[in-house]
Amino acid sequence: MSRDRKIMARQLLALLYFLLPLSLLAALALGSINITMGESLRAISQLFQQSNDQAAVIIGQIRLPRALLAALVGAMLGISGAAMQGIFRNPLADPSLIGVTAGASLGASLMIASAGGWIVGLGGLGLISLGAFIGGVLAVMIVYRLANSEQGTSVATMLLAGIAITALAGAMNNILELFSSNEVLRRISLWRMGGLDGADYQRVGAALAVCLVVVVALPRYATALNALLLGESEARYLGINVEKTKTRIIVLVAVGVGTSVALAGTIAFVGLVIPHIVRLLIGPDHRYMLPASALAGASLLVSADIVARTLIAPTELPVGIVTAFIGVPFFISLLHRRSDYGMQ
Amino acid sequence: MNILSLNALCAAPYGSPLLEDISFNLEAGQVLGLMGPNGAGKSSLLHCIAGGVGISSGELSLLGRPLAEWQPLSRARTLAMQVQNSALNFPFSVEEVIMLGRTPHASGNDCDQHVLTEVMAATDTTEFRHRPYTQLSGGEKQRVQLARAVAQIWREEDAAGRLLLLDEPNSALDLSHQQMILALVSKLARKGCAIILATHDFNLLSAHADRLLVMRQGRQHQFGAPMEVLTPALFQDVFDVQVLIQAHPDNQSPLVVHR
Repeated sequence: MSRDRKIMARQLLALLYFLLPLSLLAALALGSINITMGESLRAISQLFQQSNDQAAVIIGQIRLPRALLAALVGAMLGISGAAMQGIFRNPLADPSLIGVTAGASLGASLMIASAGGWIVGLGGLGLISLGAFIGGVLAVMIVYRLANSEQGTSVATMLLAGIAITALAGAMNNILELFSSNEVLRRISLWRMGGLDGADYQRVGAALAVCLVVVVALPRYATALNALLLGESEARYLGINVEKTKTRIIVLVAVGVGTSVALAGTIAFVGLVIPHIVRLLIGPDHRYMLPASALAGASLLVSADIVARTLIAPTELPVGIVTAFIGVPFFISLLHRRSDYGMQ
Repeated sequence: MNILSLNALCAAPYGSPLLEDISFNLEAGQVLGLMGPNGAGKSSLLHCIAGGVGISSGELSLLGRPLAEWQPLSRARTLAMQVQNSALNFPFSVEEVIMLGRTPHASGNDCDQHVLTEVMAATDTTEFRHRPYTQLSGGEKQRVQLARAVAQIWREEDAAGRLLLLDEPNSALDLSHQQMILALVSKLARKGCAIILATHDFNLLSAHADRLLVMRQGRQHQFGAPMEVLTPALFQDVFDVQVLIQAHPDNQSPLVVHR
């Protein structure tokens, strides 16, 4: 890695390490009721004491779990997107390409529709999440099975199989919606827009466990991913166990994205745009890109959720809408500048 | 020292036989020229030797040990290959691409920087070391890929023996850079690295290869010194063209002239 880029990469990582706690703090302070930074910090310090202070309750019960969930989901989406683009050798790849998002949507819709009217409250949310997670992981397993042959896993076939499974899951979802009652239909579509409003410490705990695994394990494949960008035979001749690397990365991404979709619905563009921005700034070296994408994804989703909560308060926007509105114009501007960073 | 030994090697990765009955030995410091018409199996043979294509029968051993028994990492320290078409479309800088050749080694950053400088000088890539790979011309990309493969086996102390496989490394190069490849190949060979060079440039091979392997339809058509192999009959047989063979005025090696 050239010296300038290495310095850039370290600077960006330092900046992101600084930005994440800052955005978390902002997420605690900002909302339909504004609380000062000082009060927010005090509320955190009193987190484990029973306090009837209004600010402490808002922060402890509502804003803190929500901000943490946003950060964890954002980190998983960011780092998964970076790994996916590396393994597909395509800077336009998105974690949803391998069918995980569509599968999870179908799983969630099935749960909502089959459980009918009584699926309310936290137990219901847990069931929907479980359905989404199972649906997402199942979809990836099918896609992976389709792309596997004696010669190993074909990345191109996997992409096409992902498109096919996504279309199939989408069609099944549509059938389900066609025969659903208005209320179920609205619940399905709200779920799909993505939202962090169901955040509680149980969900934070689940997200934290998976996020730790993904964020610790994926960077171990950074060198292998760098070599894989050259091509699969080249990576093999550089001593990389290509099949093992691909399988493990796909499992990690499926679990990471499956968990985030299960806990927060489909959130557009974080997995696509974040690795893109990071690559634009520090180049494609995965040793820096993977951690930077995790940190940047976390900060972005926390910030987007602040916008979602405050823009038309007290009504909340689903956070997926906000990320799409931020992400799409940015992405289009990147497409216009693609020659600047050497993408044909 | 024997680097590579093939004995009745056959390979059929897609069902029908791709390579049949190939046998030769390659010693340290030897340059083997690989020639044959398009689709004769030159690239397949190189991928087979590199471990990317499995063999169906016969023997293939590297430094006296069957290739299949090698750990991927120690194999990568011994053997490097420049493939014909690279899929790289991410904006790594030229330096970063070349440094990927050091992936299998744990020789430390200082040593790797040293290798980088030397390899860039030998492949004339120093002047665009900071440019994104994706913005280079075809010939420049080819030199960078060559540099990456060479960086992998540059140091004698990294492995007990070294083998470099080059698959048409000069197909996009101008005349002066073809000369540069020759200088680089001779330099590596003098230091004990064995090299297999697939190319359609017969005159380059005739002057610089110790042995020639002519392939035809996946089979070994001929193996021997350039003097014995390069005859008008061979060109008639294998390529279906008529050529004149004359002695090179400088070194008397066979010179192939189109008719």
